[in-house]
Amino acid sequence: MANATKPDGDESDAGTEPETDIDTDGVQIDLISGERMESLASMEKIRMILDGVHEGNIVILEEGLTPDEESKLIEVTMAEISPDEFNGIEIETYPRSSGGNTSFFGRIMGNDEGGAKLTVIGPANQIKTLHKDETLISALVSRK
Amino acid sequence: MGLFTGLRDSISRATDRLFSDKEPKRIGIYGPPNAGKTTLANRIARDWTGDAIGTESHIPHETRRARRKENVEVKRNGKSVTIDIVDTPGVTTKVDYEEFTDEMDKEDAVRRSREATEGVAEAMHWLREDVDGVIYVLDSAEDPITQVNTMLIGIIESRDLPVLIFANKIDLEESSVKRIADAFPQHKTVPLSAKEGENMDEVYDSIAEYFG
Repeated sequence: MANATKPDGDESDAGTEPETDIDTDGVQIDLISGERMESLASMEKIRMILDGVHEGNIVILEEGLTPDEESKLIEVTMAEISPDEFNGIEIETYPRSSGGNTSFFGRIMGNDEGGAKLTVIGPANQIKTLHKDETLISALVSRK
Repeated sequence: MGLFTGLRDSISRATDRLFSDKEPKRIGIYGPPNAGKTTLANRIARDWTGDAIGTESHIPHETRRARRKENVEVKRNGKSVTIDIVDTPGVTTKVDYEEFTDEMDKEDAVRRSREATEGVAEAMHWLREDVDGVIYVLDSAEDPITQVNTMLIGIIESRDLPVLIFANKIDLEESSVKRIADAFPQHKTVPLSAKEGENMDEVYDSIAEYFG
C-alpha cells in the first residue's frame, strides 16, 4: 500500500511508504521515482497508484507505465469504481523527447522511443486537465 | 528432388492460405464513448449480413457488453474477406453515474454506470487477448488528442495489431478529418459518416486491404 500509515521507525529508509496521517485539508502529491517503480511488478505498481488515488492523492510517476500496464490500470480502475465514492481516475502523460528524431505528433502522442513518460494520475473528481501540449500539462487540483 | 521440394512448398503454401482464409479475423471496434462505434458496427453488419449488432443511443455507454457478429463477408474488387466484428464499449478512465441522471432515475443511472465499468474492463481484456485487428473510431467533431486515445493507440501499437482510424460523423458541421489525420500520422485515417452511410466504399476497401 502506497499510503498506509508509516510505522514508527527509520525515517530515512527508502522503502518506507508515504505518510498520510497528517491532518490537513491540503492535497498530497506523491512523486515516485523511476528507480522505485523499476523494482515493482506490474500489479504492485497499479496497486500503489490506485491506493494513492483512493486516498485523494495526486500521484506523479517519473517514468510512467508501459502500454500493457496502462491497459491493466484502466481495467482495475473500472473494477474499483463505486457510486458516490470513487469515480475513476484522470491521467495525463507528458511525453519526453527521445533525442530529436521523433516527430512533434509522435512525441505528443507518447510514441517516443525512450518510453519514459512523466505521468500524472489523480482522482477524476479532483483533477481537471486545463491544457496539454508537448511541453506542458496544466491541471487544476481541488480538495476532496 | 528439386521438383519434389518445389511441389511440397507449393502444397504447403496453398494449405497455409486455405487455413488462414478459413479463420475469420476478429476485428475489434474501439474508441471513446459516443464516437459512433455501434452505429458503424450496425452499418457494416446490415450492409453484408442484413442484421444489426446492437442498440444505438446518444447517451454515452449504451454499449456495455462486447458483442460479436460472426462471419461478416466483405466483398471488394472480386475478392472477399471474412471478419468477425466485435463491437466494444467505449473506453474511459472514469464513469460517474450523475452523467446519466438527466436521462433516467438514480437507480437506473447507478446500474448503467456499474455495467459501463464492467464493459470497459471487458473491452480492455478483448484488446489484450482476443482481437486480430482494430478499427479505432473517433468523432471527427471532437479533439482527438485525449489521454484515452493516446493510451489506447499506444496499447494497440504495442501489441502490433493492424489498425485503421475511422474519422466518423463527417456529416457534422464541426467535423475535421485533418485534425485526426494530423494527430495520428502513423496510421491511415478514413473519413465517414456511419449514420448517413457516407464514404462507405472507402471504408470497405480499407477493411479488405488491411484485414484481408
